Amino acid sequence: MSDALVTTGRRALAPARGPDSVLPVAMDRVGYTIDGVTLLDDVSLRIRQGRLTAIMGANGAGKTLCLRLIQGLLHPTAGTLSHASGPVTPTGRRRIAIVFQRPMLLRRSVAGNLRHALKTYGVPRAERAAMLVELLDLAGLRALAQRSARVLSSGEQQRLSIVRALAADPDLLLLDEPTANLDPYATRMIETLIRQAEARGVTVVLVTHDVGQARRLADDVIFLNRGRVTEQTPAGSFFDEPQTAEAAAYLAGRLLL
Amino acid sequence: MGDAIAEAFRLIAVGDAALWEIVSLSLRVSLTAVALACLIGLPLGALLAIARFPGRGALIVATNSLMGLPPVLAGLLVYLLLSRAGPLGPLELLYTPTAMIIAQTVLVTPIIVALSRQVIADMHQEYDEQLRSMGITTTGAVLTLLYDARLSLLTVALAGFGRAAAEVGAVMMVGGNINHVTRVMTTTIALETSKGNLAIAVGLGLVLMLIALTVNGALMALRGTQGVARHV
Repeated sequence: MSDALVTTGRRALAPARGPDSVLPVAMDRVGYTIDGVTLLDDVSLRIRQGRLTAIMGANGAGKTLCLRLIQGLLHPTAGTLSHASGPVTPTGRRRIAIVFQRPMLLRRSVAGNLRHALKTYGVPRAERAAMLVELLDLAGLRALAQRSARVLSSGEQQRLSIVRALAADPDLLLLDEPTANLDPYATRMIETLIRQAEARGVTVVLVTHDVGQARRLADDVIFLNRGRVTEQTPAGSFFDEPQTAEAAAYLAGRLLL
Repeated sequence: MGDAIAEAFRLIAVGDAALWEIVSLSLRVSLTAVALACLIGLPLGALLAIARFPGRGALIVATNSLMGLPPVLAGLLVYLLLSRAGPLGPLELLYTPTAMIIAQTVLVTPIIVALSRQVIADMHQEYDEQLRSMGITTTGAVLTLLYDARLSLLTVALAGFGRAAAEVGAVMMVGGNINHVTRVMTTTIALETSKGNLAIAVGLGLVLMLIALTVNGALMALRGTQGVARHV
């Protein structure tokens, strides 16, 4: 896998997407309550084209829930969530790809997982073979194409999940802690892949607890605390001058209770 | 008893024509019935596993209950359908291998539906969020689950085959146990035992066991192959 995009520093500007892009995505005073428990409250945020947004915050702050709402897997119980292209239909959901923290791979080979995705996303049969090779190369998994996806290492599984998501040619890629529990080498490979996704014109939203990773990758940071957005700011401002005590404590590695 | 077993092995070893005719018909009837039951039962099981609609719970209870359908009752139902006065009487299928296939299909289909529903429901729980996030259609989800659960579903089909191959009552009622026409292993074993002709009964019993062992062994070998690293 090429890491040119990482070693050259900031990424190339993402190519513009078409007029049917789901971006920008906006949450306006969104809330989510289940069984009487409010998990998100009065959340307003905006995901913009070409900006890598890191969502940070302690466990249970509502970060993953935000991703599920943006993807359309769940629906807000209050407020409005809008995509530029209009309401997201089940098939329109393909414009917003999500990679879960624990990769859910089919009981198939690496190539089998990608073939399934390409078919599901409606890629014409004649184009699938070439795209399969391209995606395998992008993930650095060509040599493991026939290996069962479920016996790959955690890092390899996560890379496969990311390129499977890219098979949809999405406008927006939502990554839920893609490098949790990975070693620095595997983390670096995932970050390279994220850069390559951006170079393809994909806007990325990244949930992460890794402050160093957010510093390396993010353009904007959204900080959530107990289901509320407490900061939404360019990354530089967030790391240099956090505006809330919670964010400052989080960045300093102090426990948020 | 010892003589009967020795004679049974001799019949198998020399490839006794009468014995193999019966074995051949038995396999044809049971395998066809299982194939038909899978064609009907697997998509139904998958739909019951993933679709949500009014009456789903009742359908699940019904299919689970029908797994215990007494063969003679299935035989009676098919007999009434195919008899001269029945709705399918004009087809003149009674006392033919086709009637036996229909009876075994009726018996096996609930087993395939109920067991495949459970297998697919478990897998669906694991796959659901990923498949929904991919915007997959219901048909696409069903096909994905059926494919990925194929090894477990083979075991389900095997359970169906076991039920079909070992069944006596239904095929006796709708097939009539006619020599060279509808005589299968189980009905022959019952008949020959009652006549005191134990050699052929034991021989057929051994073949029946051999078939069960072969099918199970093949399935285990397939599982072993699929279990090590390489997937299609």
